[in-house]
Amino acid sequence: MALVLNEDEKMLQESAAGFFTDSAPVSALRALRDDRDEIGYSKQLWADMADMGFNGIIVPEEHGGVDMGFMAAGLVAEQMGRNLTASPFLSTAILAVAALKVHASQEQQAEYLPKIANGEMIFALASDEASKHDPAYVNLTATPSGNGFKLNGAKTMVVDGHAADNFIVAAKTDEGVTLFVVPADASGVETERTIMADSRNAARIDFNDVEVTGEQMLGGLNAGADVLSTVLNAGRAALAAEMLGASSQVSELTVQYLQERKQFGKIIGEFQALQHRASHLYCELELARSAVFAALTALDAGADNAGEIVSMAKAKLGSVARLAALEAVQMHGGMGMTDELDIGLYLKRIRVAQELFGDSDFHAQTLIDNKG
Amino acid sequence: MSDLKQFRSETRDWLEANCPPNMRMPMKSAADACWGGRNWTFQSEDQKLWLERMAAKGWTAPSWPKEYGGAGLSRAEAKVLQQEMDNIGARSPLHSFGIWMLGPALLKFGSDEQKLRYLPEICRGEIRWCQGYSEPAAGSDLAALATKCEDKGDHFLVNGQKIWTSYADKADWIFCLVRTDSSGKKQEGVSFLLFDMETPGVSTKPIIMISGRSPFCETFFVDVKVPKENLVGERDKGWTITKYLLTHEREMIGEQGGGKSLSQIIEERGITPSPILQAKIAEFEIDSWAFAQTMARMLQEAKAGASLGARSSMLKYYGTELNKRRYELLMDAGGTDALEWESARSNDGALARDWLRTKGNSIEGGTSEIQLNIISKHILQLPGA
Repeated sequence: MALVLNEDEKMLQESAAGFFTDSAPVSALRALRDDRDEIGYSKQLWADMADMGFNGIIVPEEHGGVDMGFMAAGLVAEQMGRNLTASPFLSTAILAVAALKVHASQEQQAEYLPKIANGEMIFALASDEASKHDPAYVNLTATPSGNGFKLNGAKTMVVDGHAADNFIVAAKTDEGVTLFVVPADASGVETERTIMADSRNAARIDFNDVEVTGEQMLGGLNAGADVLSTVLNAGRAALAAEMLGASSQVSELTVQYLQERKQFGKIIGEFQALQHRASHLYCELELARSAVFAALTALDAGADNAGEIVSMAKAKLGSVARLAALEAVQMHGGMGMTDELDIGLYLKRIRVAQELFGDSDFHAQTLIDNKG
Repeated sequence: MSDLKQFRSETRDWLEANCPPNMRMPMKSAADACWGGRNWTFQSEDQKLWLERMAAKGWTAPSWPKEYGGAGLSRAEAKVLQQEMDNIGARSPLHSFGIWMLGPALLKFGSDEQKLRYLPEICRGEIRWCQGYSEPAAGSDLAALATKCEDKGDHFLVNGQKIWTSYADKADWIFCLVRTDSSGKKQEGVSFLLFDMETPGVSTKPIIMISGRSPFCETFFVDVKVPKENLVGERDKGWTITKYLLTHEREMIGEQGGGKSLSQIIEERGITPSPILQAKIAEFEIDSWAFAQTMARMLQEAKAGASLGARSSMLKYYGTELNKRRYELLMDAGGTDALEWESARSNDGALARDWLRTKGNSIEGGTSEIQLNIISKHILQLPGA
């Protein structure tokens, strides 16, 4: 398994690092928050990301993408994590593409993938219904009606749901779960934007007698659990990569602070109590990086146990990123508690990323259940 | 009937007759607290009535001497009063840094004139105080404070800056640490000064915190004239008062909590935690219980009113770390619902904001690192600590 980047990947990493630092640094997130931006991300940034090839990073070349794989996608996500970049990358370029490229019909792929790659179309995954992630808990129903179905139910924490053109909706059907592509402007869809602690956006969405046809089905009837699993694994790996970036950056800021702040006539980095904690965090971050690379590689290889590896990586990153954020606040003292510094923004984003698609407890439980 | 039983029964009757109905329900948020002071606007007639009745009884500061506005209750009686208030869900009639911080210092170090001048109006909630301790370059190293106080014959002249001054923008007066001498050791030459926030040259600037709230300020002093009688204790000997107050504050911070258990709160929110989270909650509750027992044991060991000394650092350290853990677990239990920031459903992100606020618990009033240093040095007496 490749745990070291090749030349192409290193080049991508560098160009992504430069791009996000220039185009979407933390100050851009602050501006979106303070201006109470209507969609919560920059459309210009999204268009520029498409030009960079990021939106089509896992889209097949025949559909206008660059098809570089999950490792590449993870490297991009890591840089977005470092800069706390707000964009529909996770919802659209990762979740939607992961679902569409494997499970969609030729027609669906031809219709959606090029528009995703060129930045024209935003997707959002509407799967969770409860405040704790549980893909098996699907109460939104799709009942046969005419030639198609009627959807009834509610979804929560639909990332970028307020800005999406289409939703991928998980619905309960007679013998399982089925996924449907539903336009956001379909009759009976009601979207409530929810501004989250990390200054990004999700939505609660109600579906009232929303009519869908068989052509809108993604994957087969009752085959949704498999599709969802593909999609969620991609999303979890991308979130793990994002958390790797966020926690690395917040730790670097902290080490820098330890080298600057003076108390008791010393640089506080001279105190061994702090040195050891910073060093411990360094070790954890090295493990975290290996976990993320292993997960991305497993997805690219289509490994049989990719799901389990991704779960472990998401669990590990959830706890390491939490530790990094908490240590950053504590070691920055009162200043870390102020909005003026970026530390709190990292703490808040990490809390959300940690929770999305299963926190560390959820993935630990998955491991336990799989062994059973 | 023992005296204490009699006291309990009388207290219960009095509270039953005098605590207004709206003051018998938990505060919905910190914004419901009554802070009093010159510019205070009561949020309801009940809030005003409750403060007046409790103050008349001496029960806003029940253990202070009667002559200074308290009720002269023994520690046991004060505990009974608190229990009886808890029983009917009675709110604290007055939130006050005057009662929590300045009062204990004045009772121990203030002159008779100062006690008579300041304490009764603190008990009546007529004056709101803030605490001027930390400075930008004097946080953990508090004794490095540099706010300059010069003796100008008939008055003191104060110049400098404080930071993390809680509610300075809403306070009437400040109790403030100033440097009156910088020739010797940094702990020597610190003085404890009181002055009116309306004095010319005093200004405040709220600091926006990660919770989005602004409970703290930067406070600036430019040529602030302070009458000489506003010095508490001896000039240059203010560090003794500071240490006493910090110890007192640590005991108080440690003592917070109580009330409902974590699992109760989670259950009331209609949440069934996962088995792994349940195990973490149980571990937390065991630690929390053992901490409460430790607190009770230490209070029993300490003679009435005696300070716990360096052991207060243990309470401060463990108590604040526990509170942070509590909120991490509440957030874990709450999932994505708890991450909403602005919705009415989430009461404007109340839990997330409270969670963020707790991160300051192990920083304010002496960081966890400072508490561990104190334990290493003064209790374990480790070399070089």
